[in-house]
Amino acid sequence: MENKIAAVKMRDITKTFGATVANDKVWLDIYRGEILALLGENGSGKTTLMNMLSGIYFPDEGHIYIDEKEVVIRSPKDALKLGVGMIHQHFKLVDVLTATENIILGLEGKGKLDLKSAANKIREICDLYGFDVDPDQRIYEMSVSQKQTVEIVKVLYRGADILILDEPTAVLTPQETDKLFAVLRNMRDAGKAIVIITHKMHEVEALSDRVAVLRHGQFIGDMPTKDTNAQEMTNMMVGHPVVLNIDRPEPVDPKPRLVVKNLTVKNVDGIVKLDDVSFTANSGEILGIAGISGCGQKELLESIAGLQPTEGGSVCYINDDGEEEELLGKNPLEIADKGVTLSFVPEDRLGMGLVGNMDLSDNMMLRSFRSGHSILTDRKNPRKLAQSVVDELGVVTPGITTPVRRLSGGNVQKVLVGREIASAPTVLLTAYAVRGLDINSSYLIYDLINKQKEKGVAVIYVGEDLDVLLELADRILVLCGGKVSGIIPGRGAQKRDVGMMMTKLGGNDNE
Amino acid sequence: MNKQNQSPLVHIVKRGALPWYTAWGIRGGAILLALIVCAIVTTVVTGDNPLQVYATMFEGAFGTARKSWTTMQSTAMLLGVSLAVTPAFRMRFWNIGGEGQVLAGGLAAAACMICLADAVPNWLLIILCVVTSIAAGALWAAIPAFFKAKWNTNETLFTLMMNYVAIQLVAFFVIVWEVPKGAGKIGIINQSTELGWLPVIGNQKYLLNILVIAVLTVGMYIYLNYSKHGYEIAVVGESEKTARYVGIKVERVIVRTMLLSGAICGLVGLLLVSGTDHTVTTTISAGRGFTAVMISWLAKFNPLIMVFVSLLIAFLEKGAGEISTQFGLNQSFSDILTGIILFFIIGCEFFITYKLSFRKSEKKEAK
Repeated sequence: MENKIAAVKMRDITKTFGATVANDKVWLDIYRGEILALLGENGSGKTTLMNMLSGIYFPDEGHIYIDEKEVVIRSPKDALKLGVGMIHQHFKLVDVLTATENIILGLEGKGKLDLKSAANKIREICDLYGFDVDPDQRIYEMSVSQKQTVEIVKVLYRGADILILDEPTAVLTPQETDKLFAVLRNMRDAGKAIVIITHKMHEVEALSDRVAVLRHGQFIGDMPTKDTNAQEMTNMMVGHPVVLNIDRPEPVDPKPRLVVKNLTVKNVDGIVKLDDVSFTANSGEILGIAGISGCGQKELLESIAGLQPTEGGSVCYINDDGEEEELLGKNPLEIADKGVTLSFVPEDRLGMGLVGNMDLSDNMMLRSFRSGHSILTDRKNPRKLAQSVVDELGVVTPGITTPVRRLSGGNVQKVLVGREIASAPTVLLTAYAVRGLDINSSYLIYDLINKQKEKGVAVIYVGEDLDVLLELADRILVLCGGKVSGIIPGRGAQKRDVGMMMTKLGGNDNE
Repeated sequence: MNKQNQSPLVHIVKRGALPWYTAWGIRGGAILLALIVCAIVTTVVTGDNPLQVYATMFEGAFGTARKSWTTMQSTAMLLGVSLAVTPAFRMRFWNIGGEGQVLAGGLAAAACMICLADAVPNWLLIILCVVTSIAAGALWAAIPAFFKAKWNTNETLFTLMMNYVAIQLVAFFVIVWEVPKGAGKIGIINQSTELGWLPVIGNQKYLLNILVIAVLTVGMYIYLNYSKHGYEIAVVGESEKTARYVGIKVERVIVRTMLLSGAICGLVGLLLVSGTDHTVTTTISAGRGFTAVMISWLAKFNPLIMVFVSLLIAFLEKGAGEISTQFGLNQSFSDILTGIILFFIIGCEFFITYKLSFRKSEKKEAK
C-alpha cells in the first residue's frame, strides 16, 4: 500500500470558526482502491475536513494535492471537476422530481434536455456497481435507502472518483447497510477512493481498509484496519482508555407502568401510521423499539406524550399506588397536571426538544418556566440546573449562556437528556437518543438511561443500532409498517431474527 | 503558481462573538463613514459646504426648545409604534398593520370626543377615550391573529389589508363628522371646551406623551425579557413544534400577543388624537406603522436600543426638513442623505457577523 500514489493529500489544513479551531494542521492521505474510515468524536473536525475537500468550506491555511498536483477548491463545482463528490447526511433532493431529473439537476448540457440518454447512463452506472434504483421513480415515493442511492449515483454521474460519505448508515436497516457495503466494495474494486465517516465500530471493522483518527481537530494517526481493533480505535479517538460494555442489570421489581391498547394513528394525509398497537411498558425496565425508520416509532412516542392526534385505542398510566390515568386526548400540559412526570427526548433535538437560538439556561426553563406565581420567570434555578448538567454530563461548551445550536450534536443531546431526566420522570421516552453521537457520548447516554431504569423508570428506547438494542433492552418490540411484529426478550435475541421481524410481520417467511 | 490555482481574492469568514465595544466601534465607524459620503455627495451635487449642512440639520432638530420638543415627540410616537410591533415580531408574526391599528385607536378616540362630549362628564369622557381606543387597536390586530391561529392565514397580507380598511373607515367618518359641511376635514375637535383632551402636564404639550412612552419602553423591556409571557413568545417564535412539545398553547399565545401589539398601537392613536392633534385624518399615523417595522428590526427587537434608533430617525427627518428649506434644496435631497446614512447603518451589521479575509500576497505564499 505504501507504494501507491495518493489520490488526495491534505497538508497542514487549518480551519477556524470564530474562536473555535475545527481543524489544526491536519494531514490526510486518501488512496484509490481503498475504503478509508475517518473516525473521531463529535466536534473533532471530520465533517469540516471533508467539507473543505468537497468545496463547501475554504481552508484558512494549508494545501490540498490531488494526484500530486496542488489544487484550490473554491466551490462544490470545483470539487466535482477534480472528481471529489460528497454524500451528505441530509439528502439534497427535490421530492417531486424523478431520480433522473434530480441527478442531472444543475448540470449544464449542450442543446436539448435529453432525459432518455441520461436515464440510460444512470442505468449503466447502476449495473456497473450493483445499485438498485429506478431512474423514473419520483423521490417522494422512495425509501430512505433509495434516496441515498440516488445521492451516490448523482456524484458518480458527475464523474466523481473520490467519494466521501458522511454517516451513510445512520438511517439504514441492517439489510440495507449490507447492500450499501456491497456496492461500496464494488466501487473500491473499480479503483475509486472512498472515505466514510461513521461512529459505528463494527462497520469500520467490517468495511474499511484503513482508518484515520481525528481528535479535537488534530490528526492522531492512521493504520490498516486489520492491524487494529475497536478498543484501540476508541482509545485513540477519546485520548484515554474507555470501557466498551453496555450494562444490562436485571430489572428490579417490574410493574406495569404504561399499558397501551389498540393504539391507531393516521397522519394528516390519512395514511395509517400505527395500526392496533398494544404493549405494556414496565417500571425498572427498558423496552426497546426496533423497526425500519418511519414505521410508526415517531407517532408511537408522540401519541404517548400527548402530541399526536389518535384514531383510537388507549394509553393507560399506572402510578405506584395502582391508580390509573388515561393519557390519550390530553396535551403535554394536562398530562403533567395529572402528576404524571413523563419525559420525552424527541428525535428532532433542535426542532422540537430544544430551542437552538436560546442559551443552555433558557433551554432548561422550557419545562419549568411556569412554576411559581410571579408573572416574571425564575432565572436562577434554570441557571443552576444548566450548570449542574454541564458539570455532571461533561457538556463541552464555552458557558451556559451559549446558544445550544452552537454546540456539537453530542453536546446538544446531553443538554436535552440532562433536562429531561432532571424532572425525575417515571416514564422516559427516547427516540434515537444516540443518533449522530460519537462512541464516548453514546456510552454516556446508555449509562444515563440505565441509571434511570435502576431508579424504577419505565424507559421506552427507540433505537436504530440493532447491536445496541440487543445489548441494552430488556424486551424488544419490533414494529413493521405500523404494526407490532413481535415482542421478544432482549437477552438472547438474535440480530438476524429481529432484522427479519422488521421487514416481515412476525418475522416468518410464510406469512 | 498559475492563475487558475490562486485562492479566491476574498472569502467571507464568520466571526465569533465580538466584544460589545468592537461591535459598537464598527457601528460608530459606519456612521462616520456615512457622514463623510454624505458630505462628498452634498459638495459634488449642490456645492454647499457639508459642515454647514450638518450644522443646519442639528439646528433643525435641536436648534430651539420648541424644535427639541417636537423632535422628542416624533421620537416618542415612532418608538411607541415600534414597541407595539415588537412582541409580534419576536413571535415571528409579521405585523405590518401598525398603521391601521393606530388609525383604529385614533378613530375610536375621536368618535368618543365628538359623540359623547355633551353626554358625560369630562373625566369619564377621557377614560372612555382611553378604553375604546386601546380596545379598537387591539381588535384591529386580533382579527388577523385569530385567522392566523385558526386557519394559518398569511399575517403579512392580512395586516397590510387591514391598514387600507382602517384608512377608508377614517376617510368615511371624516366626511360624516366634517366641520363645516363640505370642508372635507374635521378640524380641531371641541376647540373651545377642550373636552376629551388629555391633560397637559408641566406646561409642555408633549410631555405626557413622552412620559407614557418612556414608561412603556421599560415595561416592554421587562415583559419581553423577564416575564413568562415574554418567554412563551420567544419559544413560539423560534419553533412552534418546541412550544407544543412543552405544552404551550400556540394559538392562545398568538392571539394574546397580537392583542397586546394592537392595544399599544391604539394607545399611540389616542396620544396622537386626544393628546396632541385633537383631530383625526387619514394621515395621522404618517407612515409610522411602516417606519416602526424598520426601527424594530434595526434595534434587533430590543426596546432599549429602539430608543436610540427612533431618535436617530426622528433627528434625520427633522434635520432633513430643515436643510431643504434653509438651502433651498428640495425634500428629495434630504431623503438621499437619510438613505445613505441608513444604508451604512444596516450594512455594517454584515461586518459584525462576518469578516473578509483577503488572499495573502504572493511573496508570503512562496515562503
